[in-house]
Amino acid sequence: MYVAVKGGEVAIDNAHSWMSEIRRGDTSIPNITLDQISEQLTLGVDRVMSEGSLYDKDLAALAIKQSRGDLIEAIFLLRAYRTTLTRFSYSKPVNTANMTCLRRISATFKDIPGGQKLGPTFDYTHRLLDFKLLAENEAPISPTKKYNDNKMPHVLSFLNQEDLMQNEKDNNLDPIDITREPISYPTSRSARLQALSRGDEGFLLGLAYSTQRGYARNHAFVGELRIGIVDIELHIPELDFEINVAEIILTECETVNQFQGSKIEPPQFTRGYGLVFGQTERKALAMALIDRALRWKELGEDYSGVPAQDEEFVISHCDNIQATGFLEHIKLPHYVDFQSELELIRKIRADAKVNMKR
Amino acid sequence: MIEKRKSWMSLLATSNQSDLLNLWEQKKIKVNYVWLRTPEIGSIMAQGRMGVTGDKFNIGEVTITRCSLKLNCGTIGHSYVQGRSKKKAEISALCDALMQTKMSKEINKNIIIPLGKIKKDNKDKILSKAEATKVDFFTLVRGESD
Repeated sequence: MYVAVKGGEVAIDNAHSWMSEIRRGDTSIPNITLDQISEQLTLGVDRVMSEGSLYDKDLAALAIKQSRGDLIEAIFLLRAYRTTLTRFSYSKPVNTANMTCLRRISATFKDIPGGQKLGPTFDYTHRLLDFKLLAENEAPISPTKKYNDNKMPHVLSFLNQEDLMQNEKDNNLDPIDITREPISYPTSRSARLQALSRGDEGFLLGLAYSTQRGYARNHAFVGELRIGIVDIELHIPELDFEINVAEIILTECETVNQFQGSKIEPPQFTRGYGLVFGQTERKALAMALIDRALRWKELGEDYSGVPAQDEEFVISHCDNIQATGFLEHIKLPHYVDFQSELELIRKIRADAKVNMKR
Repeated sequence: MIEKRKSWMSLLATSNQSDLLNLWEQKKIKVNYVWLRTPEIGSIMAQGRMGVTGDKFNIGEVTITRCSLKLNCGTIGHSYVQGRSKKKAEISALCDALMQTKMSKEINKNIIIPLGKIKKDNKDKILSKAEATKVDFFTLVRGESD
């Protein structure tokens, strides 16, 4: 017999009402505005846009406010909204060589055309709490300096010229779009990069760290890390030409890894690649390390059975919305499932007792 | 003409919504038009290239609003703009249409050129701040030289 259980509507309504009240906090304190979130919690907004896989600062700020600062909840809200949008089309591939860079560094070469520009970074701070921020203070006006030429060629292109670096060729392959077709394994690098770019920062960080500690033999150098504004070019079908339809901030990371060579190729450096929405350098760096670890098959390397080399393990667990959905559903009522478990264990125990008496 | 149109459409698309609205409202331009396609909010999928120069892959989506309209004189204006502002899309399509009429001088002077200046100033600001964070390396010579 199956008995459906209903009820709880009033309890749910009241729970949501209380949640809304608590979200607002002490009403003697001013309500936080979306502008304040998008201007002052920028990196949180960037994380929500990248993992929510939708570049829209206002919506990301709204999601952060609605979720009380629970970023995975905010990412969930943005992902859900994303599915309601009509997809007009695909952009031209971004040209990151033309990026207006806020930051551009290389850990492999000191002197590079365009120079090393630190940008607005936490690096080299002492990680001491700044009690000056407790007082309402005016922002300092940071120095400017006259620039001559803003050309910033990619650092690794110089290694390409000597053939020391594996060339990344455009074979004109159409990429897989994981928002349109489910991933099947083995998958392609295009699907992996899309999944990693919107993957959970914490998960990717942990996995990337595992590769550094020896769970995948890849010692990575940061060939280049750049953060800046790029144009998004779109073909307008009504007019049959391209316009820049958007400007977005991207973080790009290219790592240099040794490659021992194979039967058909001499030793060469190879690349790991990270490209993520917003100012998200920890994530872009982690993405590049994992991308490189997952390329073992294509490069003819050994599979050492570590998590970071297992694409099915990495890709099917890096999405925090899938993960949290499945994890959190177990707190919802499972009364009937559990009832059957309960009856089963009682029966087994009863049988076992009879057997023991014999 | 196409290059010029691409340039103004790009400028309108990537402009800050409040900058565009301010410039438009200051001029109090009255213009009659009919919708060919009312403003519609959607997205495009942004693509990148593996390792900068390799094959394409999908990064994520960007919100875009588009619309099309026809002025009484028959000129058609289109817009595809960043974000979810229907007002921004409407004004952009109107500017696109007007830029093809004899009002182009006025629109160019009062809207397109000022938007271009705002954009250039923003870019200059970023590049000159970034330049100030450029590292000057120097080498310390240790020990005695021979």
